[in-house]
Amino acid sequence: MSSNNNSLVLDFEKTIVEVEAKIEGLKKLAEEEDVDISGEVSRLQEKLQKQLRLAYANLSPWQKAQVARHPDRPQCLDYIHALIEDFVPLAGDRAFADDPTMIAGIGRFKGISVVVLGQEKGHDLESRIKYNFGMAKPEGYRKAQRMMSLADKFNLPVLCFVDTDGAYPGVDAEARGQAEAIASSIEKCLKIKTPIISTIIGMGGSGGAIAIAAADRILMLENSIYSVISPEACSSILWRSTDKVKEAAEALRLTAQDLKHFGVIDEIIPEPLGGAHRDPQGTIEKVGDVIFKHLKELLPVNTEELKKSRTAKFLEMGRHLPEN
Amino acid sequence: MNWLTDFVRPKIKKTAPIEIADNLWLKCPDCGQMLFSKELKKSMYVCTRCGHHLRLFIDKRLKMLFDNGEYSEIALPHLKEDPLKFKDSKKYTDRLKSYRKSTGSEDAVRVAKGEIGGITTIVAAIDFAFMGGSMGMAVGEGIVKAAEICLKGNYPLVTVAASGGARMQEGILSLMQMARTTAAINQLKEKGIPFVSVLTDPTTGGVSASFAMLGDVNIAEKGCLIGFAGPRVIEQTIREKLPEGFQRAEYLREHGMVDIVVTRQEMKDALVRVLSILTHVKPRINTLALENK
Repeated sequence: MSSNNNSLVLDFEKTIVEVEAKIEGLKKLAEEEDVDISGEVSRLQEKLQKQLRLAYANLSPWQKAQVARHPDRPQCLDYIHALIEDFVPLAGDRAFADDPTMIAGIGRFKGISVVVLGQEKGHDLESRIKYNFGMAKPEGYRKAQRMMSLADKFNLPVLCFVDTDGAYPGVDAEARGQAEAIASSIEKCLKIKTPIISTIIGMGGSGGAIAIAAADRILMLENSIYSVISPEACSSILWRSTDKVKEAAEALRLTAQDLKHFGVIDEIIPEPLGGAHRDPQGTIEKVGDVIFKHLKELLPVNTEELKKSRTAKFLEMGRHLPEN
Repeated sequence: MNWLTDFVRPKIKKTAPIEIADNLWLKCPDCGQMLFSKELKKSMYVCTRCGHHLRLFIDKRLKMLFDNGEYSEIALPHLKEDPLKFKDSKKYTDRLKSYRKSTGSEDAVRVAKGEIGGITTIVAAIDFAFMGGSMGMAVGEGIVKAAEICLKGNYPLVTVAASGGARMQEGILSLMQMARTTAAINQLKEKGIPFVSVLTDPTTGGVSASFAMLGDVNIAEKGCLIGFAGPRVIEQTIREKLPEGFQRAEYLREHGMVDIVVTRQEMKDALVRVLSILTHVKPRINTLALENK
């Protein structure tokens, strides 16, 4: 992944970033001047750990939303590069076009042949434009359906990495049936007879996310969010103001912890201290391990049974909610 | 640039249509013509001057679809209310209360059983007057329950959509209704039970992006708004005015998203024909209105 030098600094991370910069400076100085400053560095590192623990122990929902959108957070392609061997990217919906936002392909995950799907947002302006800021068009969701048919035919498990602010709302997307493409993509997720595991790695943005997340197992990174509407749009509609995003994020109950509480997701994957963007490799490895654990549980299940229990899972969802 | 941050409130106003007294006049929202209430009732709330289809009360909609206007309503299971304890400027529970009072319905869905052209059919209709027909757990449950009854009794299912989308006051649980309703519809499709989706004004967001677009046959009412994103959101994204007729039923048909566009007067006949052919049953009534199509 690209590491940004002038990386985004979140409000609550300012003091942390200052300490990080100090450590970097000292290390550089030590290299240049050949002096031993290990004592000072380790003292600062201790301070850093403490501050990180302090800041990240009690992130508010809105702060989590900011972490979930951090540009240095590992994205779909980072996971694919690190976790999928012999990856073959596949293109096109065979009807209209290829949507670069929707990453799709086949490869091996820990030795098992799989289909991989996910939205890529891009790490810098150039790549963000290329990937349309992670907002897929109908051809993207139709490509996803094609991939799921392929998975069904060749008995390949489907791994989805969900990271989108939402499906693209534009004239061309509407003309080609964005609503139908999403609806059919959800339908396809529920129809296939192979295991499907969806991991929300950053933003689970409404219909654009659930289109590839009606899965046997839904996993979420600790600081990712999954919501019916963005805090910004919710604030604008319900509070009739753009500055109530914190309240909206709070009210929407969109954190991984909330979703686990409601029984919507199956497991929360812990992030390294200070968020996924501080240790992308560590995060990706952990995500790989958790996906593998679930995949091993799903692989022996009879294919008809798998589909049946997936349907039942969604039909039952929300029928027995916990108190408060 | 970001459509999420530059959000504009949807144009759809959540005004509840109220039953109008016979001796009143009503203005057509499209052409501005003053319409006499009694006449309007006769024309099924279609403007006699420009043909604009006014939004219909849910009871009228159900009566219009069933033979002799007769149907029995199916009680829906009561789910946990306000799971998020949602509060903006107003408590969600208070909003629910006031909509229950103004509409007389528990939530935005009504499920009914009756005959359409002599064919016993389950209809699940969304009530736009109840919080803009937004789909939360109760609406999702209505569709799931309707599908369950169809599955057991081998009845065809007709859904009538009229919704601004998901009900954000129920957060992620409202989003999950997209998967729930789709799962329910899937079960019908696998058993070969017909599912006809009727789309009325407006059908957008989470409802259009789930069961409403998945009919074996999709029938749209003339001129209705159908889309994923609302027109205002799109205008904001592309920063130009949208073309005339964009996201209207006829536009959707032209783009291959719905099968048939009918006037309100033709709706029942279209349903009778489609249902009778798909169920191999000869209809008990003639479908004359469609002849002039």
